[in-house]
Amino acid sequence: MHLDHGHTHHGAISADARRPDGTRRALRVGLGGPVGSGKTATVAALCRALRDTLSLAVVTNDIYTREDAEFLLREAVLPPERIRAVETGACPHTAIRDDISANLEAVEELEDAVGPLDLILVESGGDNLTATFSRGLVDAQVFVIDVAGGDDIPRKGGPGVTTADLLVVNKTDLAPYVGSDLGRMARDAAEQRGELPVVFTSLRSEEGVGPVAAWVGERLAAWTAAPAPTA
Amino acid sequence: MTRSALLVLADGRFPAGGHAHSGGAEAAVKAGRVRDAASLEAFCRGRLHTAGLTAAGLAAGAALGLDLHELDAAADARTPSPALRAAARRLGRQLMRAARATWPGPGLDALAAAFPRGAHQPVVLGVTARAAGLGPEDAAHCAAYEAVGGPATATVRLLGLDPYRATAVLARLAPEMDEVAARATAAAREGVDALPAASAPLLDITAEQHAAWPVRLFAS
Ligand SMILES: Nc1nc2c(ncn2[C@@H]2O[C@H](COP(=O)(O)OP(=O)(O)OP(=O)(O)O)[C@@H](O)[C@H]2O)c(=O)[nH]1
Ligand SMILES: [Mg+2]
Repeated sequence: MHLDHGHTHHGAISADARRPDGTRRALRVGLGGPVGSGKTATVAALCRALRDTLSLAVVTNDIYTREDAEFLLREAVLPPERIRAVETGACPHTAIRDDISANLEAVEELEDAVGPLDLILVESGGDNLTATFSRGLVDAQVFVIDVAGGDDIPRKGGPGVTTADLLVVNKTDLAPYVGSDLGRMARDAAEQRGELPVVFTSLRSEEGVGPVAAWVGERLAAWTAAPAPTA
Repeated sequence: MTRSALLVLADGRFPAGGHAHSGGAEAAVKAGRVRDAASLEAFCRGRLHTAGLTAAGLAAGAALGLDLHELDAAADARTPSPALRAAARRLGRQLMRAARATWPGPGLDALAAAFPRGAHQPVVLGVTARAAGLGPEDAAHCAAYEAVGGPATATVRLLGLDPYRATAVLARLAPEMDEVAARATAAAREGVDALPAASAPLLDITAEQHAAWPVRLFAS
């Protein structure tokens, strides 16, 4: 970023990839998607899968409660000081896309309080199919939909489905009960997304989050290997 | 000074965190004190002449170059509610971030260095105005407008109030916003000790209650 020179002290600005001391900051991964698709369940499962090998933290963006943060606390997926809730003023997509200041505060406070961190997961409040994260807030984003929300969602597309770095189609265990055609969802998603990856998950099964955890692992390896950007 | 810089700074889309705050409107709506355009206007008028005037004075003072530590202490003294103090510092940090990316320069860097935990939002607003090449009147106008613009937007979301009627409320208050900005600027020219100290006790009390609600749409 052009603001790197002399302005990074006392709080970095936006997408700066380095901490004020010059080291590479944590990878930030956003999780968005419609209400109830399994974002919090994915965050919880990722924490359980990765917390023994990585230093992790989570930011939640609930719409009008602290339920996601409280669920993660109750499930004890991470110690409480590693979980922050951001309040979004009735507009979850504003806080992750148009005015990211509260979320940036939260990720930086986490780095200050419990860092250095390897990975910060930022969960958006459940929103519509157009809600995506700003590149100033996260380095990669996951869009979580589920089979019960209708198997025509991949065909409908929209910025979340078409541009997210990973599309997760969750709750595959429910497909037989709701009559969703997984093959059709996979074909439609591939058509909308080209080379971008799609995984199918059921968080009801052991290791259900495995494909998402593997993708996060790859992103993290690439992040750590990349030279700190100077442009 | 460029008038367009004032529009950039005062724009509700300026990404400084204000969208998550209702300026006390959420508590007033819940209590039934704000329920339509007329009661929104009364609420906004009260807020403008109390908290708005005080914020405008602080912003004008910071834009004039008054001592920032004295101004921040003056802001603390004028903000009895701990919840509102915390909100003001948080919004100050958020504004600082946006301001430093928008109008980078030594004034804002020095403010960030002097207040790593954030200064009160109106103080940051005044320094930002200065960095943008604006004057104390401009800073005071921004503070006065924010004092009523935030609650009006929040009320549109909370009540489904007709957005045209909410915007008309703001337009009707425009002459009073000008008056408040002028008074605040005149006081700031006399120094920190002359800054307005008007407050609205009910806003302070309901802010404390609101901060303890388990379910709410806005942060304050
Ligand atoms: N059957 C089944 N249920 C699931 C699966 N994943 C999540 N759920 C359930 O779906 C419900 C919603 O999951 P959450 O993780 O809270 O969804 P969310 O996307 O975070 O929801 P919001 O934050 O409210 O938008 C919960 O009852 C979960 O237990 C799955 O793979 N299969
Ligand atoms: Mg959730």
